[in-house]
Amino acid sequence: MSHSKRMRRWLAAGVAVATAGLLAACSATNTGPPTLTWYINPDDGGQVDIAAKCTQASGGTYRIQTSLLPRDAASQREQLARRLAAGDSSLDIMSLDPPYVPELAEPGFLAPVPQTVIDQRTTDVVDGARKGAQWNGKYVVIPFWANTQLLWYRKSVVEKAGLDMSKPVTWDQIMNVARQTGTHLGVQGIRGESMTVWVNALMESQGQSIVIGNASSADQTQFGLDSPQGVKAAEIIGTIGREGLGGPGLTTQDENQSMSTFQGAKGSFMVNWPFVWPATQSAKPELISDIGWTTYPRVDANTESAPPLGGIMLGVGAKSKHTDLAFEAVTCITSPENQAHYFVTNGNPPASKAAYDDPQVAQKFPMAPVIRTSLDNAKPRPQTPYYNEVSTGLQQRWTPVQTVTDQTPAQTQQFLMQVLRGERLL
Amino acid sequence: MSTAAQPREASGSGSSATTGGAVQKRNQPRPRRTERARAEARLGWLLAGPAFVLMLLVTIYPILQAAFDSLFSYRLTAPQDRAFVGLGNYGVVFTDPVFWADFGVTLLITVITVAVELVLGFALALVMNSAIKGLKGLLRTAILVPYGIITVVSAFAWFYAFDINTGYVNSWIGQPNLDWFGSGPTALVVIMASEIWKTTPFISLLLLSGLAQVPSELTEAAKVDGATWWERMSRVILPNMKAAIMVAVLFRALDAFRIFDNIFIMTNGAYGTETLSLLAYRTSIGRLEVGMGSAVSVVLFLLVILIAVIAIKGFKVDLAGGGKR
Repeated sequence: MSHSKRMRRWLAAGVAVATAGLLAACSATNTGPPTLTWYINPDDGGQVDIAAKCTQASGGTYRIQTSLLPRDAASQREQLARRLAAGDSSLDIMSLDPPYVPELAEPGFLAPVPQTVIDQRTTDVVDGARKGAQWNGKYVVIPFWANTQLLWYRKSVVEKAGLDMSKPVTWDQIMNVARQTGTHLGVQGIRGESMTVWVNALMESQGQSIVIGNASSADQTQFGLDSPQGVKAAEIIGTIGREGLGGPGLTTQDENQSMSTFQGAKGSFMVNWPFVWPATQSAKPELISDIGWTTYPRVDANTESAPPLGGIMLGVGAKSKHTDLAFEAVTCITSPENQAHYFVTNGNPPASKAAYDDPQVAQKFPMAPVIRTSLDNAKPRPQTPYYNEVSTGLQQRWTPVQTVTDQTPAQTQQFLMQVLRGERLL
Repeated sequence: MSTAAQPREASGSGSSATTGGAVQKRNQPRPRRTERARAEARLGWLLAGPAFVLMLLVTIYPILQAAFDSLFSYRLTAPQDRAFVGLGNYGVVFTDPVFWADFGVTLLITVITVAVELVLGFALALVMNSAIKGLKGLLRTAILVPYGIITVVSAFAWFYAFDINTGYVNSWIGQPNLDWFGSGPTALVVIMASEIWKTTPFISLLLLSGLAQVPSELTEAAKVDGATWWERMSRVILPNMKAAIMVAVLFRALDAFRIFDNIFIMTNGAYGTETLSLLAYRTSIGRLEVGMGSAVSVVLFLLVILIAVIAIKGFKVDLAGGGKR
């Protein structure tokens, strides 16, 4: 009897403690300004800093807390898409990789951007980022920072080969230098997103797109791969693969590994994002004086190249409980000052043109003017809600690079159409 | 009641053969159970019941949901386009070369890893069994270390060891330009080696328990009769540990057939190294094609069940460890 009484007493005490804890938790969330959650991609702490700055600047209107997404863009997309599809209201602000924007915009997962925000934050933006922020002719996200690839070269190799780098160069020219000098090209031959980036840049540099026209429906998606431009792209990639111009590890070489190739004894040229500059400064400072940069190589000598476009767009979840505050926060986050600060501290180039005028930017990134020009010429990857299918299918057919032939573009196109119709597995 | 079921039921209850009709036989064992046996059975249900119910809840629901979803063309980011397609997804799966290629890779990995692990595991079990007493504990711990490592961690370790850019294996073997993960066959060698390294301890531990159950009188009698080492092994030891071997093979085969982590980390399925688990993951999670992905998952589930049934019925594996039936 006394045992059961004791039990009851313990039970009552336990319930009381639990209730008090719950009440405390409830009251804690109800006090203070609304909290906005910003899902960020991993960086060097820049987004956390900006979140703190904007929280302070809001004067107590809102508080931004950050939540870290997985490292690679595909996993970030998987997590966000699943949460958005499930109607998660905690997705206030999201850092989005541009190619995945249409997939999230098409089903209405993203809140419509108010005109005032569009007016404030898209007029001063580089062209490439402006294109990447739209879907079906409307702004669905706001550009935060924009990325592009440059052609990096080793001055000593270029000098030896006698190539004039003051003018734009072509893929054929840099391949010839690699042949002549027995050096390796820093390109990305791994089966991954970087392969889509490469193929897309080669196609767009010839004025042709991988996906043509409106691609909002799977059945009606039209492709431009099966074309002379597709064959030329395949010729460049296949030749680099078959002749071993990318080095022995080309089939598993991503951006980081191609940087290692470039920094090595046989480095000559490299197409890569600007992160390689601070990375080389800290890892191989002795190489810095030997490194030059210019715009992305051309396919045709007389046609301007269309460099790849990357970066991060900010979207607001349609189910967020504070969409108005979230857009207020997005406006603060994407201010030219914050973008310039982010570039200087984290190495991610601004989408805002004004940010490039910051004296700190020019000091830390001497190639900033080339980046800005490249961003104006950059073309986004295929804008379609089925981007993941298009990109994965392309990667499967265009790797390993030594197997890419003039048949590859047509075969890829056929395969992608079957996949989108649900007739093939990927 | 089938005749085959009769002796099993009789031996299960521990009673002698009965002579009555079918109904009588079914009812007979119950009154024969003692109070103690009933109390034990009750306790057994009380202890195992909650776990059993919980397991049913967390496994049956997703299985049924997956079977249901597999009948639809359903993409997570296009919920409005969801349409019933019947067995259409299965039609695509079974007629697609990707599925059969992945099935082949899965089967290859399963057969090779299980076979090699069985041989290596048995050798390790013999070493552990015959080690002197003072060393036994240390030896078992040392052999178990790989099994204690998280698969993802071991996959990264193997990846970095063999990677052409960061690895040291290439300089050991004097092949600096060998890109292990750049083609299917070499990548599969590393994947299988890593799998074997990691799970051989598990098999060896299971086999060690089987080895310990072989009565020493039998081996000693065989020795006295002049049997050679090989004869003792093949005629006495192995037949007596058949149950343990089959349990080890079954568990590892089921595990190996679902291989995911190693491949996901090392190649992500590139260059002909994709398995069925990875295909299911890529379709459901990567492509967000819930319908098609569920169909692949259901097929994978049925194949795993098939392996279990073949092993249990075909090779008469006694999972209860009660020896031969």
